[in-house]
Amino acid sequence: MAFFLAIILISLGTALFFVGTVGLLRLPDFYTRLHAIGKCDTLGLILLMLGLMVYEGFSLNAVKLLMIVVLIMIANPTATHALARAAIKAKLQPWQKEGSVQ
Amino acid sequence: MGDFFLAIAVIIGILVILSLYRVVYGPGVWNRLAGVNIIGTKTIVILALVGFIFDRVDMFVDIALIYAMLNFVVVLIIARYYTKEEGEG
Repeated sequence: MAFFLAIILISLGTALFFVGTVGLLRLPDFYTRLHAIGKCDTLGLILLMLGLMVYEGFSLNAVKLLMIVVLIMIANPTATHALARAAIKAKLQPWQKEGSVQ
Repeated sequence: MGDFFLAIAVIIGILVILSLYRVVYGPGVWNRLAGVNIIGTKTIVILALVGFIFDRVDMFVDIALIYAMLNFVVVLIIARYYTKEEGEG
């Protein structure tokens, strides 16, 4: 049972990584790309680490994986926010659809 | 189960190579920074998976933890550096 749960969680995390990479490659602007990678990458890593924890069982290594999850839950949105804020301060203009009013 | 972990690690490696396109060709430094950030996150997962493949989870989990901290610090410092570069502080 735990075996299948681990496989499902790891596959979901890999699918989210794939969606984030497609967003990074295909979206038109820096801010929209940050929108894609900030959420998909964080949740994908959390799901993958949860799958590895379920496979590992209750041990010291599972606690260390949980520490990685907590660190990433704090660090990755903070890094994305810092990038967007630095780009705003450096006067990088957001993307506008053609024909829309500036 | 080791084969499954190996397949997942290979898939994530292919995704890293796809993300490298944004680092190499991305217009401007900000797109390159976004690519570096996403590649660092994927590398953490690859390190943990390599530990499970080689049955040395105790060692590779520590490396992944240190890599997560370093990735966070590097992105923060580079973003701050390029903010000051433009003169606003």
